[in-house]
Amino acid sequence: MSDLRTPLAKVRGLGSARDGTDHYIAQRLTAIALVPLLLWFVFSLAAVAGQDFQHVHAWVRSPFNSIALILLSIVLIYHAHIGLHEVVEDYLHEDVVKTIAMVLMKFLAITLIVTAIVAVLRIVLGG
Amino acid sequence: MAAQQRPLSPHLQIYKPQLTSVMSILHRATGIFLAAGTLALVYWLLAIAGGAESYKQAQGVFGSFIGLLFLFGWSFALFYHLCNGIRHLFWDAAKGMDIKSVYASGKLVWFAAIVLTALAWGLALTTK
Repeated sequence: MSDLRTPLAKVRGLGSARDGTDHYIAQRLTAIALVPLLLWFVFSLAAVAGQDFQHVHAWVRSPFNSIALILLSIVLIYHAHIGLHEVVEDYLHEDVVKTIAMVLMKFLAITLIVTAIVAVLRIVLGG
Repeated sequence: MAAQQRPLSPHLQIYKPQLTSVMSILHRATGIFLAAGTLALVYWLLAIAGGAESYKQAQGVFGSFIGLLFLFGWSFALFYHLCNGIRHLFWDAAKGMDIKSVYASGKLVWFAAIVLTALAWGLALTTK
């Protein structure tokens, strides 16, 4: 036997990290999705930010804007999480600290996504 | 660790800053800063959901000198990271990786980020 890897492990091709290219692909896919979402968001924000509450509230309520805002929140926070995860992997070497940081970041990312969705839904559905 | 002092490879400050290395570092730095910016996005949405009163409060926060400074830095960091991200996507496709193209695309990223930031603030200030 010339090497110790099983044929199944070779076919899966995940290596010692047990984790293939999914982060790489997810980072790029979210990046591509964020190009139109962010260009729309920043220029819309620039146009509505200075206006009064009624205008901004109505702007978020419109079907297109509310859907786009929810999509933006999910994709943006997910992309930020992948990036921060990478930073932690690169700079934190103490196993315990690294694990705690990663778990906290995961909790924070999911909490932020849920909070953003609930906020938009409250604006859309509330009075 | 071993008692013997092993030689280390030279660290960042040894090298002369180059457009390529500085832009690479800035990509990560702006990414970290922008991740913090997602907190501001969620806060803004919560403030609108909370009603006229809480929205007014958020307007006060974002409209303050520190708030505006943050928003300006956030917008430039965002456009820089967005444009440089597109540059990275081209590299992922193995396009534009020779030294000449890398420098040309790097300068283009700076130019595009500055123009987009100026356009966004131009729009913000004229619609006020």
